[in-house]
Amino acid sequence: MVDTVTPKMMTATATQPAVEGYWRGVFARLLRDPTGMLVGSIILLLLALALFGPWLIVKDPYQTSMFLRLKPIGTDGFLLGSDELGRDMLSRLILGTRLSLFMGIVPVVFAFFIGGAIGIIAGYAGGKTNTLIMRTIDIFYAFPSVLLAIALSGAMGAGVGNALLSLTLVFVPQVARIAESVTAQVRHMDYIDAARATGASAFTIIRVQVLGNVLGPIFVFSTGLISVCMILASGLSFLGLGVRPPEPEWGLMLNTLRTAIYTQPWVAALPGMMIFITSISFNILADRLRAAMAIKE
Amino acid sequence: MQPFENVDIGGPAQPLLRVSKLVKHFHTGARKGKDVVQAVDGVSFDVIKGETLGVVGESGCGKSTTARLLMQLLTQDSGELVFDGQEVGSSRLPMKEYRRQVQMVFQDSYASLNPRMTMEESIAFGQRVHGISQKEARDYARYLLAHVGLEPGRFAHRYPHALSGGQRQRVNIARALAMKPRLVILDEAVSALDKSVEAQVLQLLLELKRTLNLTYVFISHDLHVVRWLSDRILVMYLGEVVEIGPAEALFTDAQHPYTKALLSSMPSMDPDNRTLSSPLSGDPPSPIAPPSGCRFHTRCPHAKAACAQIKPQLKTVGQGHQSACLMAQGDPAWHQTRMEVSHVA
Repeated sequence: MVDTVTPKMMTATATQPAVEGYWRGVFARLLRDPTGMLVGSIILLLLALALFGPWLIVKDPYQTSMFLRLKPIGTDGFLLGSDELGRDMLSRLILGTRLSLFMGIVPVVFAFFIGGAIGIIAGYAGGKTNTLIMRTIDIFYAFPSVLLAIALSGAMGAGVGNALLSLTLVFVPQVARIAESVTAQVRHMDYIDAARATGASAFTIIRVQVLGNVLGPIFVFSTGLISVCMILASGLSFLGLGVRPPEPEWGLMLNTLRTAIYTQPWVAALPGMMIFITSISFNILADRLRAAMAIKE
Repeated sequence: MQPFENVDIGGPAQPLLRVSKLVKHFHTGARKGKDVVQAVDGVSFDVIKGETLGVVGESGCGKSTTARLLMQLLTQDSGELVFDGQEVGSSRLPMKEYRRQVQMVFQDSYASLNPRMTMEESIAFGQRVHGISQKEARDYARYLLAHVGLEPGRFAHRYPHALSGGQRQRVNIARALAMKPRLVILDEAVSALDKSVEAQVLQLLLELKRTLNLTYVFISHDLHVVRWLSDRILVMYLGEVVEIGPAEALFTDAQHPYTKALLSSMPSMDPDNRTLSSPLSGDPPSPIAPPSGCRFHTRCPHAKAACAQIKPQLKTVGQGHQSACLMAQGDPAWHQTRMEVSHVA
């Protein structure tokens, strides 16, 4: 065997240049990935639009005009056309980024932390604790997402805050399920037993040994929920339970413009395009992130 | 380093670990947990300071469950462990301290290393748990890597997938040693390695035992290796200890028919002396409904009527050699053709 060296022969001080942490390695790998960088910049661009939107628009997004309704893309003064009330699409799309991203991301972020924590605890604890938590989760899981979101939102009353809360509640069980199943898998690995054998507390074991192995799949799954969440949020807005007109939000815009699909299909499709680009960017980013997090390649 | 001080309390004569009447049953099956697997059923033995105690037996006889009970990865239903005179889990020997003094090396070298931690991090984890600083723990991890024959400069920052099976098992040994244990449980620790690597790791284990004053519980199904490594051997059958004794005595003068059968199943190194017929037929009975009396009587070539009714206890049959067999103990009941006496052992 060439891999074994007797202790006397070696210099214990021989080191590699820099000690890289695991997450630093993940980030470095992501930086070297062209696709990951492309979608990453798209998302950064969207975030910039959300942050600086009000300072970027030139026309008043609330200005209606009965004579300038449903203008095609490229019309003088309306770069991306106008909607069914004659408002400038470009301004509304830019301004809508903020609310749309907010409605799409915030519930998922909450669900990621709450559902992830619930699932990891249930998966690690196992036994009766697991049964108790997961069967409770299953009750929520039994309802279709849309129905649950509408029911919760309706029960709590209209408004952006309640819509966010109800969407969070919709996604918590879904994230918890994934978190529970990946944690339960990791839980039965010998390295967890080895960690328990050192006398480490459950909290330490979860923090050091479990999280690194389960966060990846949970994160990837959650990122995929962002697009679903944006659609659900727009559905709530359409029903008057979320964002209210005339506030610009992509989902709401898509819903109100869908009647114009035969007269101005390109204009009507624009909010959908934005949702599509956003969600696919998040999905691909999640995918590339998973690749970067996998050590074995 | 305060948390890693080993004090020999009882002197060499006191067993390092005294296991008494350990019971672990698993509730299982479709019948709402009504099926009870008697994985470990009343196991008692001592581990003497400085020895290697080999544990052998068929698959499913409770070897690994016993190992996990010793490590306290499982909690026993009843029975107790006394470590160097101190009851495990008592105020004098809290669980965390016991777990430090007893360490375990698992069979699957890959599954027992966290795929997202470098070798250095994996080895240092235990010391970090016991309050050693990051730097000290990592320095010690590197020292241990060198100690088990892996150059720290090359291996400290590697992940498990970049190592061979033998190298990984060396890391697992190093991780166990990081806790400065007194007792190391080797649960089929070399079984998954190929023969040449196995020999190297066994040599390493022997060397470490000598230099670090360790005690081993060596669980294996490979009788050749057990004989070579062990001072004493314990034979298990269906969750019970059937025989225990010095390695040589057990191999040359086995008293229990099960031990004899097990030994004659060893592949012979001499082609003229090959085993022609299977010494034991069939699978062991189910541990859910173990046979009455002596659990081996259903497969034993010497079984008499008494064997189905009397549960033999471990009794001395030679120097430090105990066996749980009526025949070996010369019990009068065994000689009777019919069971008339109500003999309670």
